[in-house]
Amino acid sequence: MSDLRNADAGWQEQLANAYKSFGLPRLIIAGMLVVLLIAAPLVGANFWMQITNVINRFSWNSVLVLAMVPMVHSGCGLNFGLPLGIISGLLGATISLEMGFTGPMSFAMAIAIATPFAILFGIGYGWLLNKIKGGEMMIATYVGFSSVSFMCMMWLLLPYRKPDMVWGYAGTGLRTTISLEGYYDQILAKFLQIRIGDLVIPTGSLLFFALLAFMMWAFLHTKTGTAMTAVGSNPTFARAAGINVDKMRMLSVVLSTWLAAIGILVYQQGFGFIQLYMAPFNMALPAVSAILIGGASVNKASIANVIIGTILFQGIVTMTPTVMNNAIHMDISEVLRMVVSNGMILYALTRKTEANS
Amino acid sequence: MSDHVPLLEMKNVAKDFFGNQVLKDINLTLESGQVLGLVGENGAGKSTLMKILFGMTEIQETGGYDGDVMLNGKKLHFTSPFDALAEGIGMVHQEFSLIPGFTATENILLNREPQKKSVVSEVFGERLNTLDRKSMKQKADGAIDKMGMHIDGEMVISDMPVGHKQFTEIARELSKEQLKLLILDEPTAVLTEREAEVLLESIRGMAARGIAVIFITHRLQEILNVCDKVVVMRDGVIVRDVASKDTNVSEITRWMVGRTVDSDTQMHRKPPETRTIMSIRKLWVDMPGETVRNVNLDVREGEILGIGGLAGQGKLGIPNGIMGLYSAGGQVTFDGKEIPLNSPRTCLDSQLAFVSEDRRGVGLLLDESLEWNIAFPAMQIQNKFLKNYLGGLIKWRDEKAIADVTRQYIEELQIKCTSSRQKAKQLSGGNQQKVCLAKAFALEPKFLFVSEPTRGIDVGAKALVLDALKKFNRENGVTVVMISSELEELRQICDRIAIVSGGRIAGILPATDSSESFGALMVSKVV
Ligand SMILES: Nc1ncnc2c1ncn2[C@@H]1O[C@H](COP(=O)(O)OP(=O)(O)OP(=O)(O)O)[C@@H](O)[C@H]1O
Ligand SMILES: [Mg+2]
Repeated sequence: MSDLRNADAGWQEQLANAYKSFGLPRLIIAGMLVVLLIAAPLVGANFWMQITNVINRFSWNSVLVLAMVPMVHSGCGLNFGLPLGIISGLLGATISLEMGFTGPMSFAMAIAIATPFAILFGIGYGWLLNKIKGGEMMIATYVGFSSVSFMCMMWLLLPYRKPDMVWGYAGTGLRTTISLEGYYDQILAKFLQIRIGDLVIPTGSLLFFALLAFMMWAFLHTKTGTAMTAVGSNPTFARAAGINVDKMRMLSVVLSTWLAAIGILVYQQGFGFIQLYMAPFNMALPAVSAILIGGASVNKASIANVIIGTILFQGIVTMTPTVMNNAIHMDISEVLRMVVSNGMILYALTRKTEANS
Repeated sequence: MSDHVPLLEMKNVAKDFFGNQVLKDINLTLESGQVLGLVGENGAGKSTLMKILFGMTEIQETGGYDGDVMLNGKKLHFTSPFDALAEGIGMVHQEFSLIPGFTATENILLNREPQKKSVVSEVFGERLNTLDRKSMKQKADGAIDKMGMHIDGEMVISDMPVGHKQFTEIARELSKEQLKLLILDEPTAVLTEREAEVLLESIRGMAARGIAVIFITHRLQEILNVCDKVVVMRDGVIVRDVASKDTNVSEITRWMVGRTVDSDTQMHRKPPETRTIMSIRKLWVDMPGETVRNVNLDVREGEILGIGGLAGQGKLGIPNGIMGLYSAGGQVTFDGKEIPLNSPRTCLDSQLAFVSEDRRGVGLLLDESLEWNIAFPAMQIQNKFLKNYLGGLIKWRDEKAIADVTRQYIEELQIKCTSSRQKAKQLSGGNQQKVCLAKAFALEPKFLFVSEPTRGIDVGAKALVLDALKKFNRENGVTVVMISSELEELRQICDRIAIVSGGRIAGILPATDSSESFGALMVSKVV
C-alpha cells in the first residue's frame, strides 16, 4: 500500500522532500547569495573577484568551523570556548616567530608549538566541562572570555623580544597586529595556486582543509568516533555500554581546541597578519553561526554542515558590503559587514536547532 | 436518538509518516462516562492515533493527518497539546513526561500552580506572583486521593519507583477540573498486578464521575475488567469494535494478531542442579525508589532465575547495582572471580549483559539508527563489527556487518520498522523494547540480566520474546536472570523464582509453586 503511494508521489513530492531535508532557512540564505552574485556584475563589481573573495574567506575560516564538530558530537554543545584554542595557536605563532623561524618552517613550527598548548589547555577546559554537565555552553563562554582577558595581560608581559613583533618604542609587549610577510603569509594559499583571469583559487588552503575534514570524517567512522557520537546522543546508554563518558568528552574538547589552534594559523596565513589581544574573542560567534546555518544542531553536526555553513555565512558576509558599496557609491563596508555578520549570528542562535542532513 | 451527539467522534482518520501509511480509515465514537479499551499489536498505530487526538506536535511536523476529529459535534483541529488541554482532553503517555528534579506535587500542578498575588506582582504583572504552596499541596493531595493510591506528594520524581511515577502522571491529569476525556497509553505496563488493580479501580471511579476514558494496554484481561467497549486495531485499521461483555481474551487476541496464540502450555523442566555461577553476598544498592538493602543470592549455571516482587521493594536495584549503573556495595563473584562493583566496563568484559527496564533513558540511542543501537555495545566491548587497518591501529566501523546483524535480529524478533537505518525513536514502544533485547543478544553474553523484558509488548510478540529468551538459554547455555513485575510471565519461563521484599530476598521457590505462596512472600518484609 505504502509502496503504491510512493510510486505515484511524482516529482512534486520529491521536490518537497528535498526542500524539507535542506531546510527553508538554508534555502533562503542560499537564494540571497545567488541574488548577490547576480547583482554584483550589474552594479559594476567584478564577478570573478567576488567569487575569489568568497573562496578566500572560506579557506580562512573553514578549519575554525570544523573545530566545532568534535564537541558537538560528544554532547558538549557548541564550542563557545573557541578562543582558548585560538590562543594556543597564537602562542604557537608568536613563539615560532620569536625563535627565528621563517618561511614554510615558521608555519610548521607554529603548528608544532601550538599543539602541546592546545592539548594542555584542552585538558583543563575538558576537566572543567566534565565538572559542570548540562551548562557546558555557558561555561564555555566564560572560559573563552576569561582566557582572552588573561592573555591580554600576558601578551604585554611575556618576554618577547623580536623587533618586528613588539612595540617599537618600548621594546617589549606584543603589537596588536603582526605582519606575516617573510614568515608564513599565503604559505598554503600560494601552493598550487590557480589563476584564471580574475579568479584566484588558493588550492593549498583548500587542500589543507580537505585533509583535516577528511581526517575528522574518518575519525567519526572509527570505534572511538562512534563511541564519541553515542556519548553525545545518550550518555547513559554509552555508560551502560562500558564507555568512559568523561574520557570521551575530554577527548572531544582536546580535539576541538587543537583544531581551533590550527584553524587560526590557517586564518593568519590567508589574512597575512597575526591578530592578538581582543581578536580571538570575535572568532567564536561567526564559527558557531556558520555551523548552525550549515544545518547542525546542538548535538549533531556533519562535515557537510561545516562546508555549507561556511560558504553561506562567509558568502553573505563578504558579498553584501561590496555589492551595496558599489550600488550606492559610499564606503560603509565595515559598518555593513558588522550589521550583516551580527544579523546572521543573531539569526543562527535564535533559530530552532533541529538538525538537517 | 438521531440528534444525539457523542462526546468524541473520529471520522475517516488516516495518517502516514512520509509515505508509510500507519492509520487508515479510522472511525470511532465515545460517550461521556464510557471506558474504551484500545488494543492491537505493537506498531498497530494505537499511540499514533492518540497523538492525533491529543494534538501532539510530532503529528504536525510529520505532515498532519487526514479525516475529522469531533468533540461534542464540533470539528476540531488541534495544533498543539495546549489546544487539547483547553478542550478538556488529558493524556498519560506511554513514556513518562515528568520533570525528574521536581516533587510529585510540583509535577501534578505544573503550569497550573495556584498563585498568590504580592505587591511586586501587582506592579509587574502575574509572572511575578508567588506560588501558593499550601493550596498546591491541597489540590495535589486531592488528585492523589481520587486515585486511591498513596504517593508522597513531597517526594522528588527521580527518587520514586516507576509505579509511583505512573500514578503521579495520572494524578496530574485528574487534577484538571475541566477534564472530559482521559487518554491512558499503557499505564499498567510498569505496574505489578496489585498496583494495576488500584489503577483499574480509579478508572471505574473516573467513569462514574462522567469522564470518558481511552485505555490502551497489552494485558487483555484488564480491558474486560474495566472497559465498556473494546476497539481492536490491526495494521492501522480498526478490525473490531464490540461491547466488552460480548467477548473474551482469546477472541480479542485472535482479532489482534489474526491467528490463535497458544496460551502457554510450557512443560516445566526440572531446575538444573548445576554449580553456582554467580554468588551475591550482602549486596546493597542505592537506586532511588528501588533500594536494595541486603541481598544474598546464588545463581546456578544455565538456569533461568526469575526475580519478582512489588514495585519499590528493590527487585530492579539488583541488576542495576551489579552492572554498575547505580552505586552499590557488597560482594559479587562470577565464575570464580570477584566482580568489582560500580564499574560497568568490567562487568561487560566478563561477558555479563543487561537489558535495562528504562528503555528510553538507558536502553536506546533514540536519535540513532537501529543498526547503531543493536551493534554498539558489541562493537565497543568485544571489537565486533570492526575492520582493522594498519595492524589494528585504525578500527573502522564495518557498516555491512552491522547492517547484516541488525537485519538478522529484525527478522528473528520481528521488529516492525521501515529499514535497519530507521531511527529508534520512530519505532512503536513495543518494537523499541525488542531492539533493546537484540542489543543484548548481539553481545552473545554468558550471563544475561533482563529487566521487564516484555514491558509494552503485545500478546503475540510476548510469546516470541519469551521464546527467544528461552532459546538463548537452552541453545547457547546462557544463564538468564529475569526481573519482572508480572508473576505469571516469570512462572512461564523461569526455573526458580526469587521474591524480593524490603530490599532483601524473601524466599526462592520453584516456578511450579502456587501463586499464593509467592503472594505471601511478596508482602513478607515490605517496608
Ligand atoms: N515519528 C515517527 N516517524 C516515523 N514512523 C513512526 C513515527 N512514530 C510512529 N511511527 C510508526 O507508526 C507505526 C505505529 O506506531 P505506534 O507507536 O502508533 O504503535 P502502537 O500501536 O502504539 O504500538 P505499541 O504497542 O508498540 O506501543 C509504527 O510502525 C511506527 O514505526
Ligand atoms: Mg504505543
